[in-house]
Amino acid sequence: MPKLKLEDLARIREESRRTTLLREGAGRVKIIVHMGTCGIAAGARKIMEAVLREVEGRGLKDVLVTTSGCAGLCSREPMATVEVLGEAPVKYVDLTEAKIKAIFTEHVVGGAIAGQYALAVGSERVH
Amino acid sequence: MPYRMHLMVCAGTGCVSNRSLEVRDALQREIKKRGLEEEVQVVTTGCNGFCGAGPIMVVHPDGIFYQQLTAKDIPPLVEEHLLKGRPVAKLMYVPSEAPAPLPKMGDIPFFNRQRLIVLRNRGLIDPEKIDDYIARDGYTALAKALTMTPEQIIEEIKRAGLRGRGGAGFTTGVKWERVRKASGELKYLICNGDEGDPGAFMDRSIFESDPHAVIEGMVIGARAMGVQHGVVYIRNEYPLAVQRILIAIEQAREYGLLGEDILGTGMAFDISVTRGAGAFICGEETALISSIEGRPGDPRARPPYPAEHGLWGKPTCINNVETWANVSPIIIHGAEWYRQIGTETSKGTKVFSLVGKINNTGLVEVPMGITLRELIYEIGGGIPGGKKFKAVQTGGPSGGCIPAGFMDEPIIYETREDKRAVSEHLDLPIDYESLSHVGSMMGSGGVVVMDGDTCMVDIARYFLSFTQDESCGACTPCREGTKLMLDILTKITEGHGTMEDLTALEEIAWVVKQTSLCGLGKTAPNPVLTTLRYFRNEYLSHIEAHKCPAHVCRELNTYRIDPETCVQRGHGCGVCRRECPEKAIFGDKNQPHWIDMAKCRKCGVCVDVCHFDAVIVE
Repeated sequence: MPKLKLEDLARIREESRRTTLLREGAGRVKIIVHMGTCGIAAGARKIMEAVLREVEGRGLKDVLVTTSGCAGLCSREPMATVEVLGEAPVKYVDLTEAKIKAIFTEHVVGGAIAGQYALAVGSERVH
Repeated sequence: MPYRMHLMVCAGTGCVSNRSLEVRDALQREIKKRGLEEEVQVVTTGCNGFCGAGPIMVVHPDGIFYQQLTAKDIPPLVEEHLLKGRPVAKLMYVPSEAPAPLPKMGDIPFFNRQRLIVLRNRGLIDPEKIDDYIARDGYTALAKALTMTPEQIIEEIKRAGLRGRGGAGFTTGVKWERVRKASGELKYLICNGDEGDPGAFMDRSIFESDPHAVIEGMVIGARAMGVQHGVVYIRNEYPLAVQRILIAIEQAREYGLLGEDILGTGMAFDISVTRGAGAFICGEETALISSIEGRPGDPRARPPYPAEHGLWGKPTCINNVETWANVSPIIIHGAEWYRQIGTETSKGTKVFSLVGKINNTGLVEVPMGITLRELIYEIGGGIPGGKKFKAVQTGGPSGGCIPAGFMDEPIIYETREDKRAVSEHLDLPIDYESLSHVGSMMGSGGVVVMDGDTCMVDIARYFLSFTQDESCGACTPCREGTKLMLDILTKITEGHGTMEDLTALEEIAWVVKQTSLCGLGKTAPNPVLTTLRYFRNEYLSHIEAHKCPAHVCRELNTYRIDPETCVQRGHGCGVCRRECPEKAIFGDKNQPHWIDMAKCRKCGVCVDVCHFDAVIVE
């Protein structure tokens, strides 16, 4: 390992930060892939991989990917929820790898809901 | 592919001894089996502080907190949480008296009441990876310090009001200035990691969870004081801490953050590690220096202070581990930011290790000025079994016992100067006054919590036996005085004490305190003096009534069997009769049993074995 100069320190920080930022639990966008039994049976694992590929391919640093259980609409699996900070969560249904690409372009990066794949905006009421 | 999930498995000493490494191995196996190894990363971290709940794992990005894990919990956990995204409630933390588990780390009072400066990276980085530290702004402070003049750095530390965290509370910036101004080219820095107080593990944990924080602080100090060589003095009883600081130093050298030409600026500084052999006295700075030089760890009289005449006779700056770890945040965020935390006289935070009769055993970092009540009840979760809080023992064998009555006083630092101001105001002798303030006894940060089952005379005897054993013998008051005090205390706990003994005890304590050579002797009588002051009635009870109120001093206990309970509930079961080593218990089946006190050796086995609480201790 060559000795560092001041500017190398900043570079290492940026690079390592990409991989450790997730531990701080703060991201601009959170993508939840629903991985209940129904979701997994319908191919949620492939969707998860596609999501992670997109995050890496686009070099996104502020996107958290996580999983949750069945969202209650098993016939429309695989499903994913996209939560942009400060906006209502959006549920996408009947996902394919191609749709994930489109959702990233339009919603995660573009900031506009990919209406053609979305089921609903908002969450169920609790309480 | 980036990982979507980070599993932070605690690998501090506490969790490792509760088999957290087995948990980690089980996780790695299971993750591989489920084909998740490209999505989920397992990270071993330093101590999280919640040692009582170990082994601990925190799952990010959601911050789900799992506790008391075993290897067999792992397969279902991987399937449910990692694969299906359903956190497993039964492995979460449930506070006492709470109806439901708290899933998130940030919701648990133990964590969310803390303010982390020194422990800023704990649980968030792998302490053996320098890149993890750099990602969390590590060595940014050094980069900044290299653009500042040495005087500016010292001024910043001074204005921040940082005080030595080893217990004495001396202003760090002033010490640095003295070393900078001391004559001579050759100077040294020392990091004092000889943490010897029973029940204290702050320094160990800092080394284990974030060794680079200490190194970075030392390099900044070297820049400020114009020093080229530093020594980390660390107890060899801390194998994991030794290992991690050695790894960290090696990594820093590879990156050019230690050695010649640091970050290409031409600055040279390197650190060596000296392992202590476990003598308590070596925590005292002059004894520590003597030990580094290869001589016996004997203290010497000060002045001259190490700032003028230290290691190898050269000007030396010696600071505690926690003090060094405070340096980088001050340089990054500035003195003004630091001054906002804490109280008027004590700035910043303090790390405490909470042990003894407390629910949440562990390591916490809190703003200065917090009260004992907040520390023990809100963060510590109170006393187990709903028992009553009696006292805390702070600062180890040199500290004092603070009774419950002081629970709402803020914990702050007080130096001799502060005390002098207060004592002049109140017209009290300094040393006497110093014992009435909680802050003056804060010490290095070990907090031993005691409930009603603790005998204060016995506690004083225990700590005296420790200091007497560790006294180096160089000066008469400490060598002879601690022995005399221990003899008297032992006599009292055995029921042979007299009122004259009590007077003598107090007198010897003051003499030892005022005339000993070094800090060990000067503070060794503190447990005696504070218990005498706040728990004198317990001493009197031992001497006059020959009774130990907490039933700890067995010589003073008498045992009897309640005949009704014995027959009605236990049907004269005879367990006590069979277990008694002295054959001092008599009685037939279905008949009340009784103890022959002439034969009884007061071992207490009968109390332990009786299922019906029929044996009464008086």
